[in-house]
Amino acid sequence: MSEQPLIDHTVLASLKTIMGRDFSQLIDTYLKDSELCLCHMQKALASGNSEALRRAAHSFKGSCSNIGATSLVAHSQHIEQAAASDYLVGLETVLITLKSNFGQVRQQLAVYL
Amino acid sequence: MHSSKDERLITVLVADDNATDRAILQAILRQQGHRVLIAEDGQQAVDCFRAQRPDIVLLDVLMPKLDGVDAARQIKVLAGEELVPILFLTSLTDTDSLVKCLAAGGDDFLSKPYNAVILQAKIRSFFRMRTMQRTMLEQRDQIAQHNEHFMQEQIVAKQVFDNITSGGDMDAEHLRYYLSPLTVFNGDVMVASTTPAGNLMVMLGDFTGHGLPAAIGAMPLATTFYGMVDKGFSMTDILAEINGKLKSILPVGLFCCATIVEMNFRKNNLRIWNGGLPAAYVYRNNGTVEQVKSTHLPLGVLNNKKFNANATLINMEHGERLYLWSDGIHEARNHAGEMFGEARLLAAFDKNKNAATLFDELLQSVKTFVGSSQKSDDLSLIELLMAPPSSAYVTPGTEQALSQSQLAEWSLSFVVKPSSFAMFDPLPLLLSVLLEVPGLRNHSGTLYTIISELYSNALEHGVLGLDSSIKDDPEGFEYYYQLRRERAQAIREGYVEIKLAHKTHTEGGSLEIIVSDSGNGFVLGERIKHNDTDYCGRGLKLVAALCDTLEVRGAGNVVAATYRWHTDD
Repeated sequence: MSEQPLIDHTVLASLKTIMGRDFSQLIDTYLKDSELCLCHMQKALASGNSEALRRAAHSFKGSCSNIGATSLVAHSQHIEQAAASDYLVGLETVLITLKSNFGQVRQQLAVYL
Repeated sequence: MHSSKDERLITVLVADDNATDRAILQAILRQQGHRVLIAEDGQQAVDCFRAQRPDIVLLDVLMPKLDGVDAARQIKVLAGEELVPILFLTSLTDTDSLVKCLAAGGDDFLSKPYNAVILQAKIRSFFRMRTMQRTMLEQRDQIAQHNEHFMQEQIVAKQVFDNITSGGDMDAEHLRYYLSPLTVFNGDVMVASTTPAGNLMVMLGDFTGHGLPAAIGAMPLATTFYGMVDKGFSMTDILAEINGKLKSILPVGLFCCATIVEMNFRKNNLRIWNGGLPAAYVYRNNGTVEQVKSTHLPLGVLNNKKFNANATLINMEHGERLYLWSDGIHEARNHAGEMFGEARLLAAFDKNKNAATLFDELLQSVKTFVGSSQKSDDLSLIELLMAPPSSAYVTPGTEQALSQSQLAEWSLSFVVKPSSFAMFDPLPLLLSVLLEVPGLRNHSGTLYTIISELYSNALEHGVLGLDSSIKDDPEGFEYYYQLRRERAQAIREGYVEIKLAHKTHTEGGSLEIIVSDSGNGFVLGERIKHNDTDYCGRGLKLVAALCDTLEVRGAGNVVAATYRWHTDD
């Protein structure tokens, strides 16, 4: 398990207050959107497209940060920076870890759906 | 959601390619009472801005199609003069990227995760700035508009002035003048015309204030002047009329300093009235200068009762000149700030050897004194020359004036019959005919007295047979007039005839007045022998004093009077 908590529950709590009845809709959006991002990241990495990888990682990082999925932020940042420097070597591993962690986050968030 | 009542609804554009982030921002903003527009990439953001003109823009930096930085540049161009705050939504932390954002037109950043409180504070703050900017632009536009109106007004004022001063007799050979456009604009007005008798009347006025306010006074002054001079009104009448008009038109504190001159080329004299302008100078053939100082208040200050139109009579020989000016000459300043002043003016006269060139010398010496770079033409100067009248003797301004002054030789007979005795007063009608004779206008008061007295006598004593001795005591007056009313209403026969005949001479004219009635007549001698304190006996005695001749004819029911008037009255 990573040192950071999977989800920062204070962030999630204030988000719940803000979204009100739309909260579960938000969670749903986040989960679907994130899967899409991870998919893009996979494709970009496979085809060696640093720019596309960078953008996808950046976007994913942003929404994870907003949701409070802090554990995912660091890995995304790593991928983003590597892609920005066009150094894609070894990123497959990071991406796999990222996907795995995301799976756990999804489970935890499922409660709110 | 509705905005709070004390704040205009703020429209915020959110551009972010991440659905989660968009949802969160939208929720936060809506809760805060703002109207939210959504874009999913840079291009949509620009299109949405162009279409809807939001107040504030939140832009994600990294977006497909058009990234945040380029979108920001385009939006700033579209915004033009308006301040549209752009906040970048970013989790970028490196300085280079942040600087790039600001350089593209970004005003601030909002980092992820979004903090609702900070977002609200920034939105409020930037909206305040936007409002201030808008107010400033509106006021700038208002000022520009006012300036334009002001310029228009000045153009109109100048046209008004040009029209006014071109109405008269400026080409008279005895008159030279210089009136700069600047002084005209600043309230100087000059009017000149020839009277039906061949005199030259000139007036120089200096209104307080400048631009349109001064033009407002110049109009009635000029139209009154030209209208009255052509009809033969005297300088006194014209002054009084202009003063009255200006007094009623101009606001308190505004007036017109003026000098008016009437030059008589046959008698070699002039009449001058100076109210508030610097002293006029009479330049004698022997080189001396006499000053005609202001002895009256300016026009438009006193009401008609207190207004004094008395003029000074000055004799002038051929070749002598009169100079009029407003204070532009005295107050012309040089580089050092010194004024030209009276001393230099007198010196210029002193130095002069040939009177014919003095006018040009005066202008030149002021120009030299003031210096080339300053406005050296801010002055008004008039020169009037006493000289024999030219062979083109009289050129009154307009054809209309010509035809009106031709009521020279005529006669009329007016008969008042019984049904008119009670209510009709023929005096105003007859006076109006007499007023068409220019030479008689000054005498309207006297003529009214004469004709009115003769008519009353004829009607009351002649036709109605009233005995004037009834009026010997105060109580009798009421009885007398009651009797007059009764008899005038009852009478069925009789008449009063008023004959007026007028002839002109070289030096003026004479009016013959004959009033006859159908009564039995009376003896004039008897009437006049009466006691001087007689209330009624004063009637004919007064008429006799006012006329040149008075004669009773026939049985005493015909009274003939002659009244002479002179051109120079």
